[in-house]
This record gives sequence, structure tokens and C-alpha cells, in this order.
Amino acid sequence: MRFTLKVWRQNGPGDSGRFVEYAAEDISSDSSFLEMLDRVNESLEAEGEEPIVFDHDCREGICGACSMMIDGYAHGPERGTTACQLHMRHFKDGQTITLEPWRVRPFPVVRDLMVDRSAFDRIIESGGYVSVNTGSAPEANLIPIPKDIADDAFDSATCIGCGACAASCPNGSAMLFVSAKVHHLNSLPQGEPESLKRTAEMVMRMDEEGFGNCTNHGECEVACPKEISMRNISRMNRDFVRSSLLARVFGSNGNS
Amino acid sequence: MKLDARIPSGAIAEKWDKHRFEMKLVNPANKRKHSVIVVGTGLAGASAAASLAELGYSVRTFCYQDSARRAHSIAAQGGINAAKNYQNDGDSVYRLFYDTVKGGDYRAREANVYRLAQVSVNIIDQCVAQGVPFAREYGGLLANRSFGGTQVSRTFYARGQTGQQLLLGAYQALARQVSAGKVEHHSRTEMLDVVLIDGRARGVVTRNLVTGEIRTWVADAVLLCTGGYSNVYYLSTNAMGCNVTAAWRAHRRGAGFANPCFTQIHPTCIPVAGEEQSKLTLMSESLRNDGRIWVPKKADEKRRPPEIPEGERDYYLERRYPSFGNLVPRDVASRAAKERCDAGYGVGTTGYGVYLDFKDAIDRMGQNAISERYGNLFQMYEKITGEDPYQTPMRIYPAPHYTMGGLWVDYNLMTTIPGLHALGEANFSDHGANRLGASALMQGLADGYFVIPYTLGHDLATADLPTVSENHEECRRTEEEARQRVERLLSIDGKRTVDDIHRELGRLMWNEVGMSRTREGLKKTIARIPELREEFWKNVTVPGSGEHLNQSLEKAGRLADFLEFAEVMARDALEREESCGGHFREEHQTEEGEAMRDDDNFSHASVWEWKGENQAAELHKETLEFEHCKPTQRSYK
Ligand SMILES: Cc1cc2nc3c(=O)[nH]c(=O)nc-3n(C[C@H](O)[C@H](O)[C@H](O)COP(=O)(O)OP(=O)(O)OC[C@H]3O[C@@H](n4cnc5c(N)ncnc54)[C@H](O)[C@@H]3O)c2cc1C
Ligand code: FES
Repeated sequence: MRFTLKVWRQNGPGDSGRFVEYAAEDISSDSSFLEMLDRVNESLEAEGEEPIVFDHDCREGICGACSMMIDGYAHGPERGTTACQLHMRHFKDGQTITLEPWRVRPFPVVRDLMVDRSAFDRIIESGGYVSVNTGSAPEANLIPIPKDIADDAFDSATCIGCGACAASCPNGSAMLFVSAKVHHLNSLPQGEPESLKRTAEMVMRMDEEGFGNCTNHGECEVACPKEISMRNISRMNRDFVRSSLLARVFGSNGNS
Repeated sequence: MKLDARIPSGAIAEKWDKHRFEMKLVNPANKRKHSVIVVGTGLAGASAAASLAELGYSVRTFCYQDSARRAHSIAAQGGINAAKNYQNDGDSVYRLFYDTVKGGDYRAREANVYRLAQVSVNIIDQCVAQGVPFAREYGGLLANRSFGGTQVSRTFYARGQTGQQLLLGAYQALARQVSAGKVEHHSRTEMLDVVLIDGRARGVVTRNLVTGEIRTWVADAVLLCTGGYSNVYYLSTNAMGCNVTAAWRAHRRGAGFANPCFTQIHPTCIPVAGEEQSKLTLMSESLRNDGRIWVPKKADEKRRPPEIPEGERDYYLERRYPSFGNLVPRDVASRAAKERCDAGYGVGTTGYGVYLDFKDAIDRMGQNAISERYGNLFQMYEKITGEDPYQTPMRIYPAPHYTMGGLWVDYNLMTTIPGLHALGEANFSDHGANRLGASALMQGLADGYFVIPYTLGHDLATADLPTVSENHEECRRTEEEARQRVERLLSIDGKRTVDDIHRELGRLMWNEVGMSRTREGLKKTIARIPELREEFWKNVTVPGSGEHLNQSLEKAGRLADFLEFAEVMARDALEREESCGGHFREEHQTEEGEAMRDDDNFSHASVWEWKGENQAAELHKETLEFEHCKPTQRSYK
């Protein structure tokens, strides 16, 4: 197969950036999208040109490193699929494909298709954990957790932190990411004691990082390669309202 | 090089307790003054860094990904072992210890393995307390499955994403310490060298992958938690960035490298589809619980699998190993697949694949039951191959997956360089010549949460630690060497891409130092590697500069180290004149083609010492004593 690629090239955050066209020739329909890019990159390198920069590592859809807009869709048009798991057999021979980085303010471009997503780490640092020191844990089966609750927490916990939700949201909101972590931890007995504080601090941090508000467009859920549900957002909003009410009444957000 | 394993005296069950009591403690008020560098934030690194920070040490962490959460541990699927005996099926610390030593084909250190089994139970407690959503039974208690052919159910899991959930737990613990100001974390930063001052590891040299800045960081101790080296084969199930650089650079500074030839080839991976392939995908071992493995009886069979009648299929594992059948250990299953394919019975376009067939299981239990068990794996298979495994058998083939070899460490996880410790897959400690399924996650977290917090304290409390700064002449010198290396890579300006040379190295290693090895092939490889290395340094092309983000440069640096490391790996395989675990030497097999160990001559860990550029490495041996697990020949017939 052959493709024409229109790729966003940008040398760094300060550079203005531009689209550059490349031909991807002789591509097997069995190769993955990133392998197709590898091929283009190898031919660039062979000519002494710098390859197209993009983030990737596991190539199994689990590390969350890969991140690019493919023809306007985060991770490409296939649902529930990361860019690294997308295969060329889903494209038409001769097709022109446009590649861009995540475009959302809190994710500045590092180079070409690579962005800086450290804002997500800072959100987790603000409260996305259970405060338990190593060695102080009680016996694991002491607190039974109903299977449906554990399964539901797991579903939220499968978020890979890729940023597709924020990149697809017209408001640049990171609510799906934040709410998935909040719901994962708040719904388990181990995370419950800190739930209101966690919610308040993570939401606050998200705002400080410059992510937008959620106005229920629902693009995030469609774009999420792990099909994380938007129900997390409404559940988090409930906790957030509770936490702000408590803050107003008692001058603190509940369990701090 | 002196190898002192520092195994505490006393009965095996009491060694660790006794040792913990005998080790020196660091005064709580002084902990803050001790700085520790942790390279790598996978299960081993993140758990170690978080635990040490909680204790009060000042910790600095590094990883090459853009976030600590993306370390390769994230990709582990199947589960983590622990001797909880929740199933009351006869498990115990002693049984997990015994299974691990036996599974490792009697090439691991008993005292370390026993401790691993002991602390395994604490790991599960810790992870549950962090909010790791393990699978549960309807009664709300934790669920287990049996894994990797063991006779007890001791594997804890979170659907097919156990590594992800455990790593997020450790990453969140780390994030908590970052926000508390106890850990300073650096993403997109690669370690290029260790700095030794007066014989002790006192820092590392790193390159900031975004700005290209090369600099030194000093500390009182350095922990390498940098994972395994399967990518020496180019194609493996490891993430693209996995590398041997940190371990290899430490080796060049004096850290012994143990058992480099012990590599694990996993039997159930999706076969290579073509030249463009960049990595291989694992299909969890659990599939072998219900799938049957076969190839056609006729070589060069062209019919589609459903058209091949039952009588013309060779269920070769069931034929060769009637009592274990499809559940033989990884090394045995992998070699049997290779044997059939080499003999011309392989399937798929390349002829390097065998069928893993679920038809009988689907007929017996229904499609829903199968989808409940393996739904996400079937989906992943379909995404990659475009074939529906409910309708047609999967095609699988073995692939490099895990490396048992690594930096030699003593009982305290310290390498032969004082102050330099190695944890997780980066060390050689617990799995001998073959690792059991679900034991790597256990070992990484045991090292990080429950071993190093004790043993590092002893090291710091007893070491002589004069104040040093980044301006120390050793820092300057090591930094300068790293800088020159980068410049050299950029100045070659040859014709071949990094990947092209890496593919060639990978093919060589896979053919000659892969699933089965011969004296002749290894000698040929040992002669060929220096030529390839020379080709690399003369003819590789690395475009761009060192002053900004340059992925070609990153890959080139890693390949340069693989090209050195590969040689000692092949030499280790040549030197070990026996077959054991993942190391199969064709000269050492029974008439039926089974591995033949030689306990009289090879009951040791082989530890290599770097002797300088273009000098042969020197071999040292740590003799292994087996007081509890008496070596027997494994038999799965
Ligand atoms: C597909 C797959 C499935 C698996 N499934 C299982 C399973 O079910 N059960 C099981 O027990 N085991 C499993 N394993 C094995 C297990 O996942 C690994 O052995 C284990 O996670 C390794 O953890 P680690 O912390 O030692 O290293 P890693 O998780 O590999 O982390 C290495 C860290 O070091 C950093 N690093 C590396 N080099 C440098 C450098 N030069 N400079 C700076 N940083 C560096 C990386 O950024 C990363 O943070 C699986 C492995 C694979 C490949
Ligand atoms: S590369 Fe890891 S999710 Fe795509």
C-alpha cells in the first residue's frame, strides 16, 4: 500500500510549525500505524534528515505514550484503539493521512507530534493516591469488597493517561482523566477516607493547569482508547459539590 | 573481583529476620541528610523510591519515558504470585520457595528466593491498601488463578492488566512523595553512566532528552532499577525503549554481570508478520489452559486449518509430554515449537508459527465462557492480525520476553560496586535459569518495598561518605566521557540506519543465542559481533544534533551498548556447557531431545568482569549450595 502523509513538524515550543508532506511507499497492510511511520522515518534518516518525532513505547496499547491526531481523531478513527494498535489494513490504498500533535494548551508541543503531558502527573500528585506508607497495610482480605464495586473501580483504573480525552474536548477539559482516577480511588474502601479532599484538590489542580470545563460534549468518551465511561464525570461532580459544601460550612473540604 | 554473597547464617526461615535485626539503622534525624538516586520507575524503582522517601531519605528518580507511569512494567498481563494460601490448596512460603528454585532449574540462590517467598504476602497487603483493584470473588475476597503450570492457585490478578494496576499503585505512592517534596522526579532523562568516587558509586551522569543537557547528580547511593535486556534481539515483547545501557555502563565501571545468557523465550506470542515489524506482542500464557497447540502432519500444508482433518494434525506437546501436554513450562513449549517449524511443519506465511486452537474448548464450554476468560486477549489478537480467533485458530510463535541474567547482587541487593544496588529485572537474583510466570512482578515489588528499605539503611549507616559535589574531578571526567560519546555518535555520518544495524544484530542473536545454541554457532557469533560493532561505529547515520530532542541519537546510544553486551552474552552461553532453563545447548540433550543439566560442573552463577575495551571479560563463579531444594532432572512426560 502507499499513502501520502501530511505531518505537523515543529522544532520546539517556540517554533511556529508547519505541515510537511511525505510519501509512505510499499507499506504492508499488516503493519501497524507506527510501523508505517518507522518506515518513513528510516528513509528520512537514510538521507540524513531528522525523523518525525512521536511518543511511543509499549506498542501494546497500555503505556499511554503514543498520542497523535490522525485525520482529526485522537489515535485515529478506530474506536477503542491506541495509535500503536491501529493497523494499516483499516486505511485505503493511496489515502492522504493528516498527523498532528495533541492540541490543548496545558500540553505544549515538545517536538513534532510529541507533547508535554506532565500536567497529568501534577494532577495525580495533588491527590490521586491513597495515603498509606509501605509496611503499614492491614491483611489484604480483612476488608471484603463486593465484586461489582471492585470491577467498577477497575474499569475506571484502566485509564492509560494518554491525554486523548483532553485533546478531543472542544473545551480542552481533562475531566475524563481526573474523574476516572477519582472514581477508581473514591469507590474503594481504602480510598474513601480521603475522597472529598482528593476530589477537591485534583479538580483544583486541573483548573490551575489550564484545562477547560466540561460542558458534556462527550467527545472524550468517544476518543478514549480504553473506553472509559463519562459516568465517572457525573459521579465526581457529586463528590465535588459535597466537598465544596463542606468547605463552605466548616471551612475545610471534609476529610482533611 | 570478589564475590561475597553475604548470605546470613542460620536456618533458612530465620535468615531474613535475623539479618534485619543485625543490620545497622540510620538515625531518623539523619535520614533526610542522605540522598539516594533511583534510576528507573518501574515496579522496582517506583516502589523503592516511594518507600525510601517515606522513611525520610532525600530521593531523586529518573526515567526515560515522559512519565513515571509508563515504565515497561505497565505491560505485564497475567498476574503476581504470593504465598497467601487463601485457597487452602496446600500453598506455603516454603512451597513458593521450592517451586521458584526448581522452576529456575537450580541456578538461583536459595536464601534470596526464600526471602522473596516470605515477603510476597506483604506485597498483596500493600497493594490492596493502595487501592489496586485486584480481581475478587462474589464474596468480596481476593480471587486467585493458577499460572504457569503450578499445582496451587497463588496468582493474584487484575483482569489482563495486572502490571498496569500494580505500577499505577507504585506510581501513585511515588506521586505522593513528590508532592511531599521528598522525591524529585525527572522524566525524559536517560542515565548514561555511573560516577565512582573512591571506589563507591556516588552519582550518575544523565542526558535530558528534551534539551540534550548532559550533567552529573551526586548522592550517597545509587539504585539501578532499569529493567531487562530482551531488546538485544531487536524483536521482543519489551517496550521499544527497554535497554541495557544503565546496567552495561555500570558493568564497565566494575559491576559484575551475572548469567547474561539466561534469557526467557515466551512460547505464546503473535508471530512476526514481515520486515517492518518493530516489536512482538505477548498473548498471555493463561491461553494454554484451554487452547490446544498443533501443526499439520504434512510439511508445507496449504489448506486452511478447519479443512485439515483431525487425523492429519500433530498435537505435538500432547504427543511428546502426555502428562503435562499443553501446560509444559515456557522453555519446553518454546523449543518444541521451534523444532516443528525448523522441520518444515510451521504455519502462516513465514512458516514460523503454530496453531493455538480453541475449538474444542468453545465446543465444550461455549463461546461466552471463553470470551469471559480471554475476551481482551482475543480482541487484541484480532486487532493485530485481522483474524478472529473464535473462528480460526490463533497463530503463535515464541519470542524473547524476559531476562533472568543481570547485574550480580549480594543478599543486600548491592552490586560488586559499593553503594550501587540493582533491583527488579535489572539484577540476576531470584529466577535462576528460568522464571516462573507471575514471579517478576513479585520480585520487583519485593525488592523495592520490602528489601532495599532495610538493606540500604545498613549500607548508608556503615559506609564512609565524605561530602562530594558535582564539581568533583571524577564527575567532570565521567561527564566528559559521556559527552564525547554523544559527539562521536553524531559525527559518524554513515549510510546505515540504527534500526538496520539493530535488526542485523537481533537476527544474529535470535538465530545463534536464542532458543537453542551450539558451540559452533556461538563461536561464529563471538567473531561476528565485533565486526558488526565496527560497522556501526563506521557506518551508522545519526542525523540532527545533540542539543535537542533526538530520537535517532537515543536509539544509537542504546544500540552501541547492546553491541558490546551481546558479546559477553554469547560468551556466557558458550562457556556454560550444559542445558538448563532457558539456556539450551544442542550438545547437551538426552536422546529424546530434552535438556541435560550438569550440576557437577555448572552449579554456579557466572559473573563477568569487564577488563577494558577489546579485552576479553573475565569469568568469576559464585557457587550455589542447595540445602533445601535437591536438584532433580525436570521431567514433564
Ligand atoms: C508483555 C509482558 C508481559 C509480562 N507479564 C508478566 C506477568 O504477568 N507477571 C510477571 O510477574 N511478570 C510479567 N512480565 C515481566 C515483568 O513485567 C517485568 O520483568 C517487570 O515489570 C520489570 O520491572 P522493573 O521495575 O524491573 O523494570 P521496568 O518496568 O522495565 O522499568 C525500567 C525503568 O527503568 C527506566 N530506564 C531504563 N533504562 C534507563 C536509563 N538508561 N536511564 C534512565 N531510566 C532508564 C525506564 O524508564 C523505566 O522506568 C511481563 C513482561 C512483558 C514484556
Ligand atoms: S505505545 Fe504504549 S500505548 Fe501506544
